[in-house]
Amino acid sequence: MAKVLAFALTGSGPLPQSTYELLGGARAVADAAGGQVHLAVLGAGVAGKIGDLAAHGADRILVVDSEHLAVYHPDAYLAAARAAAEASGADVLLLPGDTRGRDLEPRLGYHLRAGIVTDCVALEASPDGLRFVKPVYGGKAMARITVRTDRKVAAMRQRSLDPRAPDPSRRAEVLNVEAAIDPSTFRTQVVDHISEETTGIRLEDAPVVVSGGRGLGGPEPFKQLEELARLLGGAVGASRAAVDAGWVPPSCQVGQTGKVIGPDLYLAIGISGASQHLAGITGAKTIVAINKDEQAPIFGVAHIGVVADYREVLPHLLEEVRAARA
Amino acid sequence: MHIVVCIKQILDPEIPPARFQVDPSARQAVRGSAGLVISPFDENALELGLQLKEKHPGTRLTAVTMGDEEAVEALRKALALGADQVVLAADPAFNGLDSYGTARVLARCIEKLGGADLVLFGRQAGDWDHGLVGSLAAEELAIPCVTLVREIQMDGDGVRLVREGEGGVDVIAGRLPLAATVTNADSNQIRFPKVRDMMLARGKPITRWSAQDLGLDPADLEPTARAAEIDELFVPDRTSSCQFIDGEDGAEKARKLVQKLRELKLL
Repeated sequence: MAKVLAFALTGSGPLPQSTYELLGGARAVADAAGGQVHLAVLGAGVAGKIGDLAAHGADRILVVDSEHLAVYHPDAYLAAARAAAEASGADVLLLPGDTRGRDLEPRLGYHLRAGIVTDCVALEASPDGLRFVKPVYGGKAMARITVRTDRKVAAMRQRSLDPRAPDPSRRAEVLNVEAAIDPSTFRTQVVDHISEETTGIRLEDAPVVVSGGRGLGGPEPFKQLEELARLLGGAVGASRAAVDAGWVPPSCQVGQTGKVIGPDLYLAIGISGASQHLAGITGAKTIVAINKDEQAPIFGVAHIGVVADYREVLPHLLEEVRAARA
Repeated sequence: MHIVVCIKQILDPEIPPARFQVDPSARQAVRGSAGLVISPFDENALELGLQLKEKHPGTRLTAVTMGDEEAVEALRKALALGADQVVLAADPAFNGLDSYGTARVLARCIEKLGGADLVLFGRQAGDWDHGLVGSLAAEELAIPCVTLVREIQMDGDGVRLVREGEGGVDVIAGRLPLAATVTNADSNQIRFPKVRDMMLARGKPITRWSAQDLGLDPADLEPTARAAEIDELFVPDRTSSCQFIDGEDGAEKARKLVQKLRELKLL
């Protein structure tokens, strides 16, 4: 294969962190085959954002800049992504695994007649070709996938690829790509965006995450988790069970189908550790679990475990941390 | 209004990891004593469809699945919960189809049903976790698709959908016909079927369609519909050594935990 095309779906915001991860992964695949890395930056007002992308591994940068790309809309982004794919001529296309990339991927794959891999966590390049690795069965197993079509599209799970150390001597060719985006043909409209009620740090960016699960038994204990998170400079997360029970909003959900996070410290309180939850915390540096069931699967991945009813530990833990912070 | 909900029957995803095994040569999970269930996000889609049906009198709800004869159980549950009609797409030619092939089969089913105003899917099936079929089927049907949807409100032939977006939710306005892939929210947890409705569902008809019934030539499905193939399936080694904190009571355990976190410079 010759060319790998990574996508940055920026809207009107800054370049997503995933851009550097995708460039790192694309570089490894391209280098194994003596190929090139292209980067498509799609958004509104993109010009000022591409400064360091050559240093991070791009050989060619394709810019699709349009006011119609200020907000993510599938019809607009599909037109832009197709134009960039056409201009690039790449055979491997890498998308970010966020809500935009996941939404765009099947549409783009369909129109390019490409085989598609979603939620990919590793790219294995070898002389025999490229294989894609993804978690299946809610993270209980992994699959290695071969894509038989000439063009291949993969959406990469966030934090699964490592960015390269920047090399300021690298240069890239920048190309402006025109895309025919006609809002009058859009079949749906984005009428509103409601930001998550985050008081402070975003879950994905938090160095400390304090999470609660079914074992908490109700919404009230989350107040204590919030206080603990605040004291530790972190954010509150939750298992799917706690979200489904309506104790916390879905924006708190950590797991394969929620947020995939990699904090320095992850505190799992009353979380048994369903594999779909564990799949969201594989990037966590230190995992502390508090659970009354010593057989709970969470202890299989935790570094530090406390076997106890959280009600007996949490108040004291709060006190200790309060004292430490005072 | 006609709502079609596409569901998939899968191995119960609640099997604990310790008991989960794969058959590497068949590249499939070992069923063992685990049951078969409707994929959880498909249940969220079904619940959302049932709520819309209740809210808008005159709405018909059809549940469609592709699978083998065992998948009839999933359709019976849909009937017991309130589906008006169910369809099983079953054919040896459908075995091992990837997402493209599955999307094509489901799209043909929907066309054969006379089309649908709203087509609902779970955001991804709990076995392979691809999350492609809904969007691809919408492409096959040439209707718009809104993904990661939590809530849907109808207003004439207008629809408002709340979907998960970056850093919050997006509110999307569209018109029927439209497809949506549904994610979990507290508002769409599946209801429990009544025993009486389960009994009644046993006597209700199941429509069965083969590739031929759907006008699909198995030769058409073969080359295009196996674009991505699983070469290898394995259970990753996740053994870690957990260091347990012991103590007489909660206070001591909390104290030792804080001490440990201090040592690790995490506090």
